[in-house]
Amino acid sequence: MSQGLVDDVAAGAVLGPEPAGFGGVPGKRRGVGRFLLRRPGLVASVAVVVLVVLAAFWPDLFTSQDPLRGTPEQLFQAPGGAHWFGTDELGRDVFTRVVHGAQLSLQATLIALAVAFVAGGLLGLVAGFAGRWVEDVLMRFVDVLLSIPALFLSLALVTALGYGTVKVAIAVGIASIAGFARVMRAEVLRARQAVFVEAARSCGVRWYSVLLRHVLPNAIGPVVVLATVEIGTAILAVSSLSFLGYGAPPPAPEWGTLISDGRNYLANAWWLTALPGLTIAVTVLATNRIARALDGEWARQR
Amino acid sequence: MRRYVIRRIAQAVGVLWAAYTISFLVLDFLPGDPVSAMAGAGSDSGPVDPAQLARLRHEYGFDKPVILQYLDYLGRAVRGDFGDSISTGRPVTATLAEALPQTLALAGAALLLAVVFGGGLAVLATYTTHRWLRQLLLSLPPLGVSVPTFWIGLMLVELFSFRVRLFPAFGGDGVRGLVLPAVALAVPTGAIVAQVLAKSLLTALDEAYVETAKAKGAGRARIHLRHALRNASLPALTVVGLLAGQLMANSVVIETVFSRDGLGRVTAGAVTVQDIPLVQGVVVFGSLVFVVVNLVVDLVYPLLDPRIVMASGRRVVVA
Repeated sequence: MSQGLVDDVAAGAVLGPEPAGFGGVPGKRRGVGRFLLRRPGLVASVAVVVLVVLAAFWPDLFTSQDPLRGTPEQLFQAPGGAHWFGTDELGRDVFTRVVHGAQLSLQATLIALAVAFVAGGLLGLVAGFAGRWVEDVLMRFVDVLLSIPALFLSLALVTALGYGTVKVAIAVGIASIAGFARVMRAEVLRARQAVFVEAARSCGVRWYSVLLRHVLPNAIGPVVVLATVEIGTAILAVSSLSFLGYGAPPPAPEWGTLISDGRNYLANAWWLTALPGLTIAVTVLATNRIARALDGEWARQR
Repeated sequence: MRRYVIRRIAQAVGVLWAAYTISFLVLDFLPGDPVSAMAGAGSDSGPVDPAQLARLRHEYGFDKPVILQYLDYLGRAVRGDFGDSISTGRPVTATLAEALPQTLALAGAALLLAVVFGGGLAVLATYTTHRWLRQLLLSLPPLGVSVPTFWIGLMLVELFSFRVRLFPAFGGDGVRGLVLPAVALAVPTGAIVAQVLAKSLLTALDEAYVETAKAKGAGRARIHLRHALRNASLPALTVVGLLAGQLMANSVVIETVFSRDGLGRVTAGAVTVQDIPLVQGVVVFGSLVFVVVNLVVDLVYPLLDPRIVMASGRRVVVA
């Protein structure tokens, strides 16, 4: 997995100017239009992500077939008008399965991100705000987490927790805590030195108010951007684990599981692996593109 | 220098110890009774005999307090003994040592491909004066990191084993069997090499010494390869540790795809049957590789870049 490097690159880039908010004043809105017009790839990426989210919440918008029940007369039909992604060994429509699989995969990705964001964010927040030995201990812990390859840590957690989409998601989330903790700590350290924090302190504001009302809101932005950067990594990690067979059990159409099912028919039905894999690749590419736009490109442009 | 080396080695040992402890906490401490998992592993027979459970518990020391168990295991791990695999009954260290050469060959071939093609892409993309070519080349690495590795492997099998019968699809020893898995494994790694090197090449080309070389009449190619590339490849060295971890992790998936024997396949198998000692051995081995590679990079770096000197245990660049 590549999140180690991505984290570092993101951590570096994230520390730059904070991404400006979208919308607001009319002039700004025109800026958004021009910004997007010059980047057709970004527009396409947003469209892809919207489609995936729609598929996850309302799969019936895209298909009316049953993802689990097949028609025995239509085994191994190649992709075509009736079945966009073809049919599998039980005559199930692969496109329907991919659409319904979006829900499981998106759910797993969001759980993984939430775990990493909350746990990593808290670690970083406490480390950055408490300082001294607390910071030393917590950040050493984070260094150790970084030194275990993410997939191996996830695999160890899967061994301990067991199989299933949610457990795999938690394992992936825990394995990517370190990056979030690092960025959060760096941002808290930066915010803590700001003049307004000193002013609040000198006015006698309690430490928890300083933390929640002044430090946290000013530190959280880059961590949110990191979360968008990590979406792609999380999708890939979850799909790898479910490809290895630790995700949802077979009838469920999770994306990684679909590919590992189709693997047995690689010689005679290429679409069973090729098209679900392409869906993962396009989704990850789209989220990475959006993350890059949020991660400074927008701010630099202005 | 000597103090710096000793300090770095001590740090590395500390990280390894902590990695061992974390893997112990995760595997032996989390919900789920390892003993019934062990007794159930390998056989699908129904309820396990309680007497057998008690015997296993005693054998693995699970009837002792956790802290004693931990110290006991740690003491043995320091001597290179990670216990016996539950599914095969053979020592974990021997199992890993046996699987290692296959994975090393695969990862080495993949690293070579990644450096040659990723590096070549970065050099070409920064060298070319054609805007479209540069944009095309620079759009490839983001693509490379977005595609699932196992899917690349499966597509290569589909194209080059089933359509065009060039390479064996599964298993396959020797060089021919190594080609497809190595290419699949090289894609994400090569993409990262290309991204990092292209970035540091662009930085290097902005430096004053490039202006000096130009003023002295050096050609573009000479400036690019002799001056910029040499300086740009140093920062790229720092990601080697990350790449090693990435290659190891991806080999789990790739070896499964190609049914190759190796460390990755052992890992996947161990997770499937909840072979806790083996999984723990793999996790610790993974962080050992990461720590050793980073240690070597840190120690070699000052030899390659004489501007860096050691001051009070930290690397300092002398301007």
